[in-house]
Amino acid sequence: MSVDKNTVAKIAKLARIRVDEAQQEALSGELNQILGWVEQLSELDTTGVEPMTSVVEMTQPLREDVVNDGHYVDRVTKNAPDSAHGFYAVPKVVE
Amino acid sequence: MSYRIKGNTGDWEVVIGLEVHAQVISNSKLFSGAATAFGAEPNYQVSLVDAAMPGMLPVLNKEVVAQGVRTGLGLRAKINMKSVFERKNYFYADLPQGYQISQFLEPIVGEGVLTLDLDGGETRDVGIERMHLEQDAGKSIHDQHPTQSYIDLNRSGVALMEIVSRPDLRSPEEAGAYLRKLRSILRYLGTCDGNMDEGSMRADVNVSVRKPGEELGTRTETKNVNSIRFVQQSIEFEAKRQIKVIEDGGKIVQETRLFDPSTGTTRSMRSKEEAHDYRYFPDPDLLPLVLDPAWVEEIKKTIPELPDEKKARFIKDFGLSAYDAGILVTDRDRAAFYEAVAEGRDAKLAANWVMGDYFGALNKSGLSLENSPVSAKQLGGLIGLISDDTISGRIAKEVFEAMWESGKDADVIVEEKGLKQITDTSAIEAAIDEIIANNPGQVEGYKGGNERLIGWFVGQTMKATGGKANPGMVNELLKKKLAE
Repeated sequence: MSVDKNTVAKIAKLARIRVDEAQQEALSGELNQILGWVEQLSELDTTGVEPMTSVVEMTQPLREDVVNDGHYVDRVTKNAPDSAHGFYAVPKVVE
Repeated sequence: MSYRIKGNTGDWEVVIGLEVHAQVISNSKLFSGAATAFGAEPNYQVSLVDAAMPGMLPVLNKEVVAQGVRTGLGLRAKINMKSVFERKNYFYADLPQGYQISQFLEPIVGEGVLTLDLDGGETRDVGIERMHLEQDAGKSIHDQHPTQSYIDLNRSGVALMEIVSRPDLRSPEEAGAYLRKLRSILRYLGTCDGNMDEGSMRADVNVSVRKPGEELGTRTETKNVNSIRFVQQSIEFEAKRQIKVIEDGGKIVQETRLFDPSTGTTRSMRSKEEAHDYRYFPDPDLLPLVLDPAWVEEIKKTIPELPDEKKARFIKDFGLSAYDAGILVTDRDRAAFYEAVAEGRDAKLAANWVMGDYFGALNKSGLSLENSPVSAKQLGGLIGLISDDTISGRIAKEVFEAMWESGKDADVIVEEKGLKQITDTSAIEAAIDEIIANNPGQVEGYKGGNERLIGWFVGQTMKATGGKANPGMVNELLKKKLAE
C-alpha cells in the first residue's frame, strides 16, 4: 500500500486538517513509512484467527434503561463559542 | 399485473429498496442515561456523552438491545449472537462526535422476510437484508436566524434501528404496503411507535429503472423521506426522471438526492458526495456485543402474536376473507377489539360492523378506541340482537347511532324506542291486507306478471310498520297473500 500526495490531500480534507501543499510530499513519505512498518504484520499467517478487538477478556457490559442524566442545558452549552435560546448557534449550514 | 412506466422506447420496470430508520422505544438513549421523550425544550435531554465532551464513554442500553432482538425475531430474521459497533466518520454541525456509532460489517440482525398485503388479499414476500442499531444525530434549525443555524442535541444519541430491504419492491404501491406492514409489526412488537410525522420512522429510498428482464440499473438514494405518501411520490418522480435521462442518451449517476414535499420532486445533494468516504472502523470504546442464547430465548417467549399469524387465525377461525382479516389485524388494539366483539357472535357480521359502521364512526368523531362511547361488549350486544332477529339490520343502524350518542346498551335503546322487530304474523298480515286493499292497480300489475313490484310492496309494508317488520317474514307473507 502506498500513499501519494493526492491521498494525503484527501485524507486531510476528510479529517478537516489543513495541510499545505508544501507539506504533502513530506507527509506522504512519513505515512508510507508507518504503513510499511505496520504491514510487517501481514507476514504472519492469521488464517482462521478472530480479530482481537480488546486485550480485556470481557464482553460488552450493558446498563439498565433508566433516565439518570441530562436536564442541564447550561452545562451542555457552557463551552460553546455561541448559543441562543438553549440552542448551540453555529454558522449557517443549510443544504 | 406488473407496474410499468411507459417511455418513448417502451415499458420500464422500477426497482426499489428501502432503508427505514425507526426510533427504538426506550426510556433512555442508546449509550447514555438522557431521556428520549419527544418535544422537550432544546438541549434539555442531553448528557455530556451525547454532547461528545472529551473523555465521556458510551455504555450500551440493555433494553435497546432487547428491542433490536425483538424486531429481528418479528422480521423472522437471523439474530447474530455477536455484533460490533463501528464509527461512521463524517462532519456535520448536528453530529458532535464527528462520527456516528453504528453497526457495519457485523449487524445485530441478519436476513429476514416481510410479507406484503396487497390489494384483493394477495400477499408477496420481500427480503430483509439486515437490521442494525445506531445513534441518531441532533437537529439543525435553519430558519430562526439570518446567518446562524441552531442545533438541538435532544435527538443526539437516541437509538435507531436501520432496517434494510432487498431491492425486491417493484412499484410505489408495494413500497407503501412494505412501510405499512413494517410499521404494523414494529407497533405489535412495541419496538417503535411508527409516528412518521414525529420523525420516529423515516425512509431512504433507493430507486433504479430497467427494461423488464434486464440487469439492474444504476440507483439513486433519496434521503430521509418522512411519510408513506412522500415515499410513493418520490419513487414515481425519480423513476420518470431516470427514464427521461436514459432515453435522452444520458447516464444515471449514483448519488444522494433530497425530496421536496412542496413540489413532489427530488434534487441532487451534491454536498454529500465528497463526504461519502465514511472510513468505518470498530469503535475502540465499545467491546463486541455478545448475546446470551438463554436471554434471546427469553425474549422470544415475549413476542406477541404478529399480524401475519393473527390474520391466518382470523381467516381460519372466523371464516373471514383475506382482505377483511388483513385490515382487522393492521393495528393490534383494533384486532383485539374485533375479537372481543366477535366473541360468541356471528364473526362475519361482527367484522362488517367493526370495519364499517364502528371504525367509520370513530374516524368521523375523531375518537380512538380508548375513549369511544361504545365498548366492544356493547357492540357485541347489538350484533346479538340482529342475530336473534330482535331487530333488523336496518333498525340496527338506527340503534347504533343512538348508542353512539348516549352510550347506552343496545337492548335498552330497543326497549325505550320500541324498535323490537315485529315477528307477530297477524300484525304484519294486517298491514299487508290494508296495502293490498288500497292499491288494486299494483296488485293487478303484479298478478299480471310484473314480479318486480314485490319490492314496492315490501317497501310499503316496512313503511307501514315503521321499519320494524322482519323483512324475511314480510317477503314470505306478501308472496302468499298476493298469490291468493
